[in-house]
Amino acid sequence: MIFFLMALLLHIDIVSTAIDSQYCSEKVTIVHIVVCLKQVPDTTEVKIDRKTNTLIREGVPSIANPFDLNAVEAALVLKEKYGATVTVISMGPPQAKEALRRAIAMGADQAILLSDRSFAGADTLATSYTLAQAILKLQDAGGVDLVLCGKQAIDGDTAQVGPGIATRLNLTQLTYVSKIESVDADGKHITVERKLENGVEIVRGNLPALLTVVKEIYKPRYASLPCLIESLAYEPVVWNAKQISADSSQIGLEGSPTWVETIFSPPLREGGVILNPGDENYDKEFSGLIDTVKKIVAEERSKLVCS
Amino acid sequence: MNRIEFDVVVVGAGPAGITAAYLLAKEGLKVALIERGEFPGAKNVMGGQFYSYPMRDIIPEFWEAAPLERAVSEKQLWLLSRESKIGFSYKNPQFGAPPYNAFTVLRAKFDRWYAEKARQAGVVIIPETLVTGIIKKGTQVIGVKTGRENGEIYADVVVAADGVNSLLSKYAGLHGEIESRNVALAVKEIIELPQGVIEDRFQLEKGQGVTIEFMGEFLKGMVGTGFIYTNKTTLSVGIGCLLSDWVDNGVSPYDLIEDLKSHPVVRPLLQKGTVKEYLAHLIPEGGYRSLPPLYTDGMLVTGDAAMLVNGLHQEGSNLAIMSGKFAAETILEARKAGDYSARTLGAYKKKLDESFVIKDLKKYSNAMPLLENNRHFFSTYPRLLSDAADEFIRVDGVPKKKKQRMILKGIFKRRGIIGIIKDALSAWRIVK
Repeated sequence: MIFFLMALLLHIDIVSTAIDSQYCSEKVTIVHIVVCLKQVPDTTEVKIDRKTNTLIREGVPSIANPFDLNAVEAALVLKEKYGATVTVISMGPPQAKEALRRAIAMGADQAILLSDRSFAGADTLATSYTLAQAILKLQDAGGVDLVLCGKQAIDGDTAQVGPGIATRLNLTQLTYVSKIESVDADGKHITVERKLENGVEIVRGNLPALLTVVKEIYKPRYASLPCLIESLAYEPVVWNAKQISADSSQIGLEGSPTWVETIFSPPLREGGVILNPGDENYDKEFSGLIDTVKKIVAEERSKLVCS
Repeated sequence: MNRIEFDVVVVGAGPAGITAAYLLAKEGLKVALIERGEFPGAKNVMGGQFYSYPMRDIIPEFWEAAPLERAVSEKQLWLLSRESKIGFSYKNPQFGAPPYNAFTVLRAKFDRWYAEKARQAGVVIIPETLVTGIIKKGTQVIGVKTGRENGEIYADVVVAADGVNSLLSKYAGLHGEIESRNVALAVKEIIELPQGVIEDRFQLEKGQGVTIEFMGEFLKGMVGTGFIYTNKTTLSVGIGCLLSDWVDNGVSPYDLIEDLKSHPVVRPLLQKGTVKEYLAHLIPEGGYRSLPPLYTDGMLVTGDAAMLVNGLHQEGSNLAIMSGKFAAETILEARKAGDYSARTLGAYKKKLDESFVIKDLKKYSNAMPLLENNRHFFSTYPRLLSDAADEFIRVDGVPKKKKQRMILKGIFKRRGIIGIIKDALSAWRIVK
């Protein structure tokens, strides 16, 4: 019994030191988190302009990119844990303030809109440059420990802007993050789970880092009514090209080497075959199916041998 | 924590709610407009006729800026038999010019535009928020509860504009579940066609539109109509029948809409169109007899929530706007008097009673029960008329005099002389 109690006490002691080191240590861990958020057309209603190969945005409702809201939520969870400040930034036209207000309603501390006519027509290269310039400005003003992005935007689906920012700012790049395991007490490392096609990878990286997150990380919270009402009147800070010291050759259309040759919907995958053991020709069809599969496997195999 | 307080809370950002909120905010009141959808219009599926009165009094020349589809310059009624039609039409190009009589509209877009006007006037629009209850002090409604954390909002007065099957009216005990014979279930497809094709096919001037109502055998004896409304680059095609009829007949709305679409005279109008959306909604068509109490201490009920729909004339959105306007006027009067009890708010009902809104509903108060008890208007008569026309027009060696006799014989055989007299009397009672 006594042993048990001692063990318990010891355990509590260990836990409390852990908490101490997380919350009360001299070394500060996460102080400032920047989340990049994009306003996108609701892709359930998207149409393509056949002449220009661009998305028709007229009349299509805009929403905050869903993966970015997962990133906002992740930032807010870290904020609650470490008392960090959360800044949300977006590049876009003035209407994008709407998406930023959503993050404010959820609990972000401030929102900055990067808006300038010269930003228009940016591809992922120019966009990552513009966002990186803004983050640089925030870094200069007092540091940025963590940048969070959604894994990709649902309109372009490129997943390039997050990595682009990481590269430009020389941040540790951790993509497809499904869980933030821990932040080291010394504030120098972060451990995350990455959701990959063939499994989960646990990675420890240096801070400051840039994470792109998948939706499994956290479900965006439903804002409380007072926060929502407050956010409706919130005016995001607007920074133009000059205010982020942007090089005019690297922003907007001019800084965008990408052009779209063509755009199309991928062909629908054909439905599979369903065979019922009770069916009349079941045996015949089944053996036919096996033959087909064998043939495909043989073909693929011969390709492998040849190469 | 501080209480969230507004002068007025309006629940539901449709035409009734937006109108009330807009007019009150313009008078300087602090107004919250709560909407369940992601934005006003997000949940709306109405695509039909929108009469320009009284909207044109609230935002003069709204057609210059509002997202509207086509100015309706022609109304048609088609009686369909199994393979043919008899059509009636009234076309007036003047309807296609200011101040316009009616537009076709897709309300999802319109409501969003209209709500933006309200927001600019100072209304605080609270989206994605469901009202889960009302807050009462004694008998007085003093606010609403929402599904959000710390979600209580207090106000001098609450406007229920939350549509058919109004939750607020239920919370306030103004009515229980709606009877299925007092609502119509409308099902509709949005069919896309190029703008020019629509104009050619329906013989329309650019920007003008037509509405076609269908009655006949395809309804399988149910009380209702089918319709085609021309939008800019789509057609709204559908059927609305009493919910109780759908249930009693066990007809699937989807099958019925297919029947209408494949009717030999309807099919060519839809050719090569692609179905974009499939929608369904309840319309409170119970009329005057189904009106719930329209006010209580601290609360007014407007629009569909108040069952303000004139089914025979397809008026709904405009009646909603009218009720929103009266609600706003009443609230301003109550504010002056400093009294939001039912005694003062009763002025709202009086305003409605004295306007065309209730007067029209009263005029047709017999229509629904009569139509419900007499299905011949929707099935037998279209058939008889088309048989008569067919006989009269077909040249096959039978002398015309004999044809006339055959037509009359056919009619009396189907419905009987007494039946016809009875129907004529009912028809008169409906429209008188």
